[in-house]
Amino acid sequence: MKQWWKSGAPWIWLNGGAVTISMVMVFGLITLILVRGFSAFWPHPVLQTTYTQPGEAQFEILGTLRRSQLFTAEAMRDAGLDIPQEQSLVERHLIKMGNRDVTSRDFGFFVADFMTPWSYPRDATVLERREWGDFVGFPVRLLEDGGTVATGEAVWPEFKTRLTRSNALYDEIRQIERVDIGRINFAIERVRLDRRRAILRDSLTAELDAELAERRAALDADYAVLEARLNELYQDAARDSIVMRVADGREVTVRLADIVKAWQPNNMSVFQKVWFYIVDFKDFIFGYPREANTEGGIFPAIFGTVVMVLVMSIIVTPFGILAAIYLREYAKQGPLLRTVRISVYNLAGVPSIVFGVFGLGFFVYFMGGAIDRTFYPEALPAPTFGTPGLFWASLTLALLTLPVVIVSTEEGLARIPSTLREGSLALGATKGETLWKVVVPLATPAMMTGLILAIARAAGEVAPLMLVGVVKLAPTLPIDGNFPFIHLERKIMHLGFHIYDVGFQSPHAEAAEQLVYATALILVLLIVMLNLTAITIRNHLREKFRAESD
Amino acid sequence: MAAGQTLADTSADNAVESEMKETQNTVSSMAASLFQGGTREALSLQDEDITIAVEGLDLYYGETPALSGINMQIPNRRVTAFIGPSGCGKSTLLRCFNRMNDLVDICRIEGKIILQGEDIYSRATDIAELRRRIGMVFQKPNPFPKSIYENVAYGLRLQGVTNKTLLDEVVERSLKSVALWDEVKDRLQSNAFGLSGGQQQRLVIARAIAIEPEVILLDEPTSALDPISTAKIEELIGELKEQYTILIVTHNMQQAARVSDYTAYMYLGELVEYGDTITLFTNPREKATEDYITGRYG
Repeated sequence: MKQWWKSGAPWIWLNGGAVTISMVMVFGLITLILVRGFSAFWPHPVLQTTYTQPGEAQFEILGTLRRSQLFTAEAMRDAGLDIPQEQSLVERHLIKMGNRDVTSRDFGFFVADFMTPWSYPRDATVLERREWGDFVGFPVRLLEDGGTVATGEAVWPEFKTRLTRSNALYDEIRQIERVDIGRINFAIERVRLDRRRAILRDSLTAELDAELAERRAALDADYAVLEARLNELYQDAARDSIVMRVADGREVTVRLADIVKAWQPNNMSVFQKVWFYIVDFKDFIFGYPREANTEGGIFPAIFGTVVMVLVMSIIVTPFGILAAIYLREYAKQGPLLRTVRISVYNLAGVPSIVFGVFGLGFFVYFMGGAIDRTFYPEALPAPTFGTPGLFWASLTLALLTLPVVIVSTEEGLARIPSTLREGSLALGATKGETLWKVVVPLATPAMMTGLILAIARAAGEVAPLMLVGVVKLAPTLPIDGNFPFIHLERKIMHLGFHIYDVGFQSPHAEAAEQLVYATALILVLLIVMLNLTAITIRNHLREKFRAESD
Repeated sequence: MAAGQTLADTSADNAVESEMKETQNTVSSMAASLFQGGTREALSLQDEDITIAVEGLDLYYGETPALSGINMQIPNRRVTAFIGPSGCGKSTLLRCFNRMNDLVDICRIEGKIILQGEDIYSRATDIAELRRRIGMVFQKPNPFPKSIYENVAYGLRLQGVTNKTLLDEVVERSLKSVALWDEVKDRLQSNAFGLSGGQQQRLVIARAIAIEPEVILLDEPTSALDPISTAKIEELIGELKEQYTILIVTHNMQQAARVSDYTAYMYLGELVEYGDTITLFTNPREKATEDYITGRYG
């Protein structure tokens, strides 16, 4: 034993054990996110069963199984359920039944002992609706303007063709509402601001006023045309509806215009399910959120996160690199420089929410307010930059990640061999020429390392962003087709905040659970992708300067 | 110590060790083997044009003196070698000529170094201009992380030369004069780090002569190279002295004897003996010089 102790083997086991525990935790986390995240879009089968709980009315269940749990019988008995004495364990199932508007109970726990055997009716249909969540039932009749066009078996194929049509109409409506009307509103607002600016500057002539009125009138006319077209489309979309029979036998009419997609999971082959899964996943990534973010896609959040990180990179890279070059190359070494350096390094340890508070107080209210008073007086009292927005969020994150970039760049500069600097100086180069032509290019891989760390930190940060520009639901993207195309003052959505919002601020916690995992998965993938891009660039640079990196 | 061992490795020096008593004979025999029969005649500084004159140079690192009372004259278009044990100040002295010591904050210099009538330590001196006139090659090859072409063109580009034809011409001429052209002419755009150590050192020399300096300082240019590359560099030095004044610091006494016309022996920051190489090796004036070149030192 003593021999074993002296041999050093315990150390190896201790170190190896620490690595193992770390690996298990990391892979456990990744696996959980992957499994839960990827399973969110699979078309699970719809089960039908009758539930008879002693002392309560019989209840028909039609829905998909979410998960099953084993409970001790005692706990269930304490909860008032009549479980036989000899039984020690009880299984209960969480079933998603949908039909939130019909039964007001879309999720429920049910004790397995009180269920009749499950059946999987082939014509059980799930409708994903734009409002009120999923609808589960059996198709009965298809109506066109109130008149029946199909019944029984014929309903499903006819329904699918008509759903395609109604979705096409819906896309057109969205296009008009989101893009065309958005553009007109943007232009109208601009006319209003032009007029107000002229008034503020006391330069509103009758001519200008007339011209502005003319522009306004033209826009109003455009708007009227679009509005008429919209009405037409809405009427068109309202033509078809489907009558569905729900679990308890009632018939409910659902307008096709309200349906996003429909599927009969018990009647799908594996290939159809895979295809459905892919389409659903794509819709999740490229779709817009609905129903307080608990349904639909997360495209604005992905877009917002990426744009914010990119703007942050554009801000932090030059600042960090210039500061590091000054600290390392020009500043006189001494107590003052040491103090500055320690301060910068410690900036990395300041809690991020503190940066958020600073960003709100200094950037948003002070700087933003000043910008508004100077450049956008015509928009006041409505703030332009004096309110949280993309630019301030990026700037706050840039401040947060600045130490990382400075530290990496400094280390990179310190590693450049002095022989190279001397070689350049000996050829008659000045210090500046040596720096920019020889030293800085060699330090670029280190700068990229700093940027990678900055991106990884920034993309996952949530707390400060809640104060300086990230919102639950942003009506517009920060980049669109309206001049000047990049709108730094706009509020954005962010994946990290989205997870928090959907998971913990949502009225339908059960419905949102899967989306939380799926969103977390996307966030992880996004950060991995951003990092891989940066790492590829860095490796490319390293390869270029390979021999002198030691 | 290191220099002594370098010497001890050679057959000539084995003879020295075995016949320690007959000092005079040993020195002569070693010199004879070095100069291959002594075909060269002794030179005298009186007959030379003087490019650089060092007058009463003292150098301090903080309060510690590193060089004291150096007086010497460097002849034009000759190879002058500096030898001496490690820490004797020969590299420090070499770096005085292009003011490389300015990079060391605590370094202080007194005295004069006069390059063609002008004191390079006067206030009026443009250091960048001075370094263009006095090129330098270092111990370890230090090509820039750029293409071979850009390495050679670096000095010219610093001077604002953008004319492609002129650059091409200078790059080719410089690489030819270091006998590297044939080896790299097909890959001028590839990274200089891809070259071998010896090629890199020749590239660095080409880089130095591309801006046509008057003087080239070589700081132990072959200490990181293998014997074949060393031989090539030595041959190159022989060719370059036709056009340039060359100062070389070396640990290798055979090298000093082979390539130089004049040799300075330094010890503890002082110039002990300076004169024609053959004379210094065959008939040293000072006892200390003799002890060092016969390997008795250290």
